[in-house]
Amino acid sequence: MKPVSLRKISIAALGAVLAVFAGLSFYRSRHLGEPVVAGPGVARVARLREYFPAIRGTVNDLNVYVLEGKEPGGSVLVLGGTHPEEPAGRLAAWILVENAVLEKGRLFIILSANRSATTVTRLGGAYPPDFTIPTAWGGQKFRMGDRWSNPLDQWPDPEVYIHYPTRQQLAYMDIRNLNRAFPGRPNGTLTEKTCFAICELIRREKVDLEIDLHEAELQYPVISTIVAHQKGADLAAMVSMMLSSNEGFAIGVESSPPALRGLSHREVGDHTDAISLLLEAPEPFLDATRGRTNRELLLTGKDEFIVRAGRRGLLFEKIDDKGWPIDVRVGRHSSAILQILETWSEDQPAKAIVARGIPKYAEVIKNGIGAYLKDPKATDPAKVVIE
Amino acid sequence: MVVTVLYYLLTAYVAGMLIWNFLKRKKWQEEALYIIILIPFLLRLLRLK
Repeated sequence: MKPVSLRKISIAALGAVLAVFAGLSFYRSRHLGEPVVAGPGVARVARLREYFPAIRGTVNDLNVYVLEGKEPGGSVLVLGGTHPEEPAGRLAAWILVENAVLEKGRLFIILSANRSATTVTRLGGAYPPDFTIPTAWGGQKFRMGDRWSNPLDQWPDPEVYIHYPTRQQLAYMDIRNLNRAFPGRPNGTLTEKTCFAICELIRREKVDLEIDLHEAELQYPVISTIVAHQKGADLAAMVSMMLSSNEGFAIGVESSPPALRGLSHREVGDHTDAISLLLEAPEPFLDATRGRTNRELLLTGKDEFIVRAGRRGLLFEKIDDKGWPIDVRVGRHSSAILQILETWSEDQPAKAIVARGIPKYAEVIKNGIGAYLKDPKATDPAKVVIE
Repeated sequence: MVVTVLYYLLTAYVAGMLIWNFLKRKKWQEEALYIIILIPFLLRLLRLK
């Protein structure tokens, strides 16, 4: 064999080794099973295909956890994982599924509203593929996820994304952004079908409130706030006041802009009878001026470069050496959900939604998220669901 | 769906051209470059990334 051929074979073999290692890493990340322990309040686990059959067989045929009270009341839908790279939303919803018990009304929870987006991380972003929340029984690993649906499930992107039905022109990649594709359409892309299916759930189950859980970078002006459709402006204002005075953290209110289309707080409110609210917590991991993009930054929210940006007045939320730990971010969502339900129930006693077992902000910070995650190995397998 | 299939065909075509160029190169630096560029195309064709 000629030396040149040996060289080509050696280089090709090296490339094959790299491809195998990279491929294994991506495969494991995409197929990492996340066990959920259906808590004492979960009456049943439905699938999204029950509301829109065309979603059957896709990665986004989501689990819908249904918690029902002994007494009738209103209905609320909580969405976690609309943007899976904002993990406080998924984790707050996770705590609800594993701990909440309904006294009145019904609570629908989706942990991975865009499950496809949980199976990929940001291309070129060097994100960690997963992260682990420490628990007394060892720890639970979660997929990191991205803002957009996995290109393996929806590809290619167009030059310009034209939103349905308004025909507003949006950034090309946002055709895979669940929070730019509402209200969705039955014959659209996977992301649009998922949005349509979620809206069908809201319509068929006569959901009164829809709460979408998010996080935002500190350089983004819509942060530490409740974004409310005009139908929910009074509710959001009261919740903001109650949280800011009673819970020890400040949260503002923003009106859902009528001119910006595709977002849940706009389209769910416009296309269903539900009041739509979107909660934002601070997540330094997403800031463009961050340092190393690793698990530590994701969980502690500590970054010296973002602190420096704050000193120069470039941020819309404060940050210091304590950072924004994941327990704080999840605790904010948890208390906000509790306060929304309480305020709603006071205003609408005939449609009250009363829940117990949901930890408040101070409790989540004191005990850590891990205290509210159940050990799937110590649970009846019939109660364990894989996300 | 048709557009997606066409894009996979395009990806396969580009991957084939990269392999062809790899075989035709004389310098090891250029061979290594073509192999590195080829990896993401293979991962997409194998539906891994």
